[in-house]
Amino acid sequence: MTTSQIFNVTILRRAALDACFKFDPRQQVRNPVMLVVTLGALLTTGTVFTHLFTGESIQFEVHIALWLWFTSYFGNLAEAFAEGRGKAQADSLKKTRSDAQAKVIKDGQTVIISAAELHKGDTVICEANDMIPGDGEVIEGIASVDESAITGESAPVIRESGGDRSAVTGGTRVISDRILIRITAEPGESFLDQMIHLVEGAQRQKTPNEIALNILLITLTLVFLLAVVTLKAFTGYSESVTNLAQSDVTLPVLIALLVCLIPTTIGGLLSAIGISGMDRLLQKNVLATSGRAVEAAGDIDVLLLDKTGTITHGNRMASGFICAPGIPEKQLAYAAALSSLADETPEGRSIVSLATEQYGIDIKKSDTYTFIPFQAETRMSGVDEKGTSTRKGAADSIFAHIEKQGGRISETLKKQVKEVAHRGSTPLVVSQNQQILGVIELKDTVKAGIKERFMQLRSMGIRTIMITGDNPLTAAAIATEAGVDDFMAEATPEDKLKRIRSEQEKGHMVAMVGDGTNDAPALAQADVGVAMNSGTQAAREAGNMVDLDSNPTKLIEVVEIGKQLLMTRGALTTFSIANDVAKYFAILPALFGGIYATGTPTGPLSQLNIMGLASPQSAILSAVIFNALIIVCLIPLALQGIPYRPMKAESILKRNLLIYGVGGLIAPFIGIKAIDLALNTLGIF
Amino acid sequence: MAIHEGLQLLFYFGLLIALIPILGNYMAKVLSDQTTWLSPVIGPLEKGIYRLTGIDPQASMSWKTYSGSLLLFNGLGILTVFGLQIGQSWLPLNPEHVQVNIWVALNTAVSFVTNTNWQAYAGEAEMSYLTQMLGLNTQNFLSAATGLCVFAALTRGLAAQQKKELGNFWRDLVRSVLYILLPLAIVLAVALVSQGVVQSMAPYETLTTLEGAQQIIPKGPAASQIAIKQLGTNGGGFFGVNSAHPLENPTPLSNFLQMLSLLLIPAALCWTYGKMVGSIKQGTVLLYVMFIVLFASLAVALWFEYQPNPALGITQNWEGKETRFGIMNSVLWANNTTAASNGSVNAMHDSFNPLSGMVLLLNILFGEVIFGGVGAGLYGMLMFVIITVFITGLMVGRTPEYLGKKLEAFEIRLAALAVVLPSAFILIFSAVAVLTPSGLAGISNAGPHGLSEILYAFSSQANNNGSAFGGLTASSPFYTLLGSIAMLAGRFGVILPALAIAGHMATKKSTPASAGTFPTDGFLFASVLIGVIVIVGALTFFPVLTLGPIAEHLLMLNGKVF
Repeated sequence: MTTSQIFNVTILRRAALDACFKFDPRQQVRNPVMLVVTLGALLTTGTVFTHLFTGESIQFEVHIALWLWFTSYFGNLAEAFAEGRGKAQADSLKKTRSDAQAKVIKDGQTVIISAAELHKGDTVICEANDMIPGDGEVIEGIASVDESAITGESAPVIRESGGDRSAVTGGTRVISDRILIRITAEPGESFLDQMIHLVEGAQRQKTPNEIALNILLITLTLVFLLAVVTLKAFTGYSESVTNLAQSDVTLPVLIALLVCLIPTTIGGLLSAIGISGMDRLLQKNVLATSGRAVEAAGDIDVLLLDKTGTITHGNRMASGFICAPGIPEKQLAYAAALSSLADETPEGRSIVSLATEQYGIDIKKSDTYTFIPFQAETRMSGVDEKGTSTRKGAADSIFAHIEKQGGRISETLKKQVKEVAHRGSTPLVVSQNQQILGVIELKDTVKAGIKERFMQLRSMGIRTIMITGDNPLTAAAIATEAGVDDFMAEATPEDKLKRIRSEQEKGHMVAMVGDGTNDAPALAQADVGVAMNSGTQAAREAGNMVDLDSNPTKLIEVVEIGKQLLMTRGALTTFSIANDVAKYFAILPALFGGIYATGTPTGPLSQLNIMGLASPQSAILSAVIFNALIIVCLIPLALQGIPYRPMKAESILKRNLLIYGVGGLIAPFIGIKAIDLALNTLGIF
Repeated sequence: MAIHEGLQLLFYFGLLIALIPILGNYMAKVLSDQTTWLSPVIGPLEKGIYRLTGIDPQASMSWKTYSGSLLLFNGLGILTVFGLQIGQSWLPLNPEHVQVNIWVALNTAVSFVTNTNWQAYAGEAEMSYLTQMLGLNTQNFLSAATGLCVFAALTRGLAAQQKKELGNFWRDLVRSVLYILLPLAIVLAVALVSQGVVQSMAPYETLTTLEGAQQIIPKGPAASQIAIKQLGTNGGGFFGVNSAHPLENPTPLSNFLQMLSLLLIPAALCWTYGKMVGSIKQGTVLLYVMFIVLFASLAVALWFEYQPNPALGITQNWEGKETRFGIMNSVLWANNTTAASNGSVNAMHDSFNPLSGMVLLLNILFGEVIFGGVGAGLYGMLMFVIITVFITGLMVGRTPEYLGKKLEAFEIRLAALAVVLPSAFILIFSAVAVLTPSGLAGISNAGPHGLSEILYAFSSQANNNGSAFGGLTASSPFYTLLGSIAMLAGRFGVILPALAIAGHMATKKSTPASAGTFPTDGFLFASVLIGVIVIVGALTFFPVLTLGPIAEHLLMLNGKVF
């Protein structure tokens, strides 16, 4: 996102108007700090009107009132602006949710109805150029789909039945081929609807840290309210001791002091920070179901990733057949192809096509075959035909299967399996009855640049654990190549769940990245579950975030945004409080100037005017103007978040303290002096 | 400052620091219910007390039960001390037939139970020996022990792993008194008697002075009370002028011992804390923070006290100081006693130069967390720690964690309450005092100094320090009543949030540290913590301090004094 995008003129114009409506008391009550400012502005305006009646001078009071209204308005503007950017996104999303037509199959017949009438469980057909009418799962066929409406990515993606790329989203368009889709969402609850709700910020709930910070800000506001109210009494005492006829400490002046002291900078920008966080996440093409999840992402210290499709490209392809001693290659290839005939996974298909390519094997499906589908327990699949049972599966499960039938496994074979695994490939063993025919080598490649990304995670304090169904040897080879900290081999869905629970027991915050249906329980259990958009519908529903780009290391960006949210709030709070020192030095000498004066118009306390501000009025007004303008100046920072770099926590703190703490101490001295000079030059005071 | 004074300063802090680990480890054993080398002697006595009172020392309490027991016990304490004062005319051990009015009695009862030991009374003129011993001196032990109980409960809560209970209040109370306070007090009392501190039940003596005038010499069981007044950060003197009185603090050595015992327990508790949460560094970092602020305030106070006063044309400020102690020992004591919520004095704070007086006031306004009261200083400091961890946690982009436990809205709300509640009472009551005739009637000096007197009085009471600036007539119903309220709020308004936080934190799981975790035992954290303490105190009170001591200082430079 560039700066020009932040300051989109249309959004700005809309925000400027929306900000006016935020003076609505019901909205103001939600932000107590800014409510105090608005009430202060009202009271000061009241003073102006009473002065009109009594004939006292109003010039100073009008200026104060005006700038107090601006202060409150700028806070509203920041919020309206952040919301405006979300609304603009929502509008473009709504356009895609046009009234699409759906071709529903009912009782074997195709009926055309409106997409809004679709219900869960309906089956629809989509052909080239059809808009997919609702969220669902591909149950038959393969198609290329244009998902640019939700991801902004124009290159079409493949969606196919079976496997982990079966989910389709309503509002996207089929470009080629024909697919059957089972609808999985009721109208109004679809992915797109959720997205629109989220970016509109309509149901934005405060996150836990935001609530805690709000409490602190309210407490500070109360303390300063007390300090200012009691100040009237203390100055009253001092003035009476000095025998001053007229007090400088008037209501507008006290209100000005109060508004300058309470943390208006963070108060005015607080909700804008939260809204823009969600917004930035969406710009990274990640959809979070709640702000809470984003904040939790900042705390993650353990990341579990499913290997396939995340660390590796995920399309494991058969790359060769390795025969057991005494078995001809063609026999192995035939058996491998036979056992994969009903296997709709990409791996299964790749085995069939490798057999066809290399050995010209072409088997037709026939009724004599009984297909044994893959089961998580046996971890085998295959075919039974006229007393011959052909199986393929993970080495240990086939070995166990053979041994159970009294077969024997040769050492050569075990060595062959190991060699394949050592190469980081996946060995699948093929057997026929009690005999092992050989090994199919499935090759998968680790994604480029993934090692660097894991390094980055490590420096953020996040430990990565790779989960894979592979045997320990393959897993270790890939783990080393990818640079993960730990791995879990031969993991079942229960193992994943157990591992997450045990990490959580130890007090870790766990993120899980996955895409398959068997990842769903783990995604739901993890503190942050990121589902790939390319994954199954079950996975997408179980997680609390969906990555539209299906890029597993996207978690880095999510973590960054989570951290930025907190850092921005913390830094602006520190800045806000640090500002108070300079404001005291601007306003107090102006209030106390006459106290304990003997013979001269100014007393000893005017020595505190270390900035050399021109007059009491210009000093107070300068502080108020600075306080208002700083909100506007920091809107871009609130929207973009302060930059996060993976460093040790201490270095981050040092840096932020220096910029926002020390900077916050110094900046207002310069700012207030400059405004005071400007006011004088312009001849206002 | 002379060389021998500098050497004494070094020796004083050197000895204090050397004693910290020894006493700290010992107290950790006592408060973790382990056997100590005193167990063979005290153990049977401890068991006897449990049997006699029917306390089950093993019954662990939730934070609510713990707080309830504590409130009940302290409530009874207030009633007892109040009753003893009102009834002292009819009770034994009142050879001088002294009497006290009901307002002062109320204020005194609250004052001693809350470990404030603000003295609206003059001991020798208003309190019988029985009241002093059974009421005031007993509370000197019990109020300090109460502070230790809250400290122990909070520490256990922070260290616990998913528990609901914080320990047993009665057991903590009994063990604190028997194993920590009594043995130390006995040793110190004997040492003080050796220096000539009076310990007698005889009536006052009338002497003829060298000038031929008649002088009444007050007596009483002073040494035993002074020992615990220093050790328990109580500070309420046996005599009206406290440790400036020659029979309460006769020699430089008695002065040295009293100053040492004044900081001893609060300082050693930091070590105890580290020991009990399983990381000494977590405790010593708090000790560093306390020492840094203490040294800074001591340096400023010494600097201004050794400055010439242009208005009076004097080179050093000797007003209100005892010549047997000198300026350095008076400033050191004053700085320690205001930092450590003790409140005993060996010089009159009222007479300090305006800015050194402001340093003393600031020590109190920081919330009595720089050493502070026994137990109270550390649990107060932990409230600041929670606020600091929250801010720093946000700034490093992680949900704030202390000792591996997440801080949530619940903790922030209560810690913020505990931090600002005393300040709120100081500001409101001081404002009421300058607005009302009964408030203004109390002040004896004009202008900014009068304002400082009022501010000091309410700061001292709301933060349970108990020292007096002097000059203010604090025995009127107005000051005694508002003072009582301030003391109660300042004590229990921190204790209850601290215990609630303890209860809530105890149930949490602790997260192992990672590279993203911000360490709370390093120099950087210490600096931020100091920043938070100073900034919260300074920002809240800067306006009124400007009208008080700062204005007075500027006027003094112009040759005008009050």
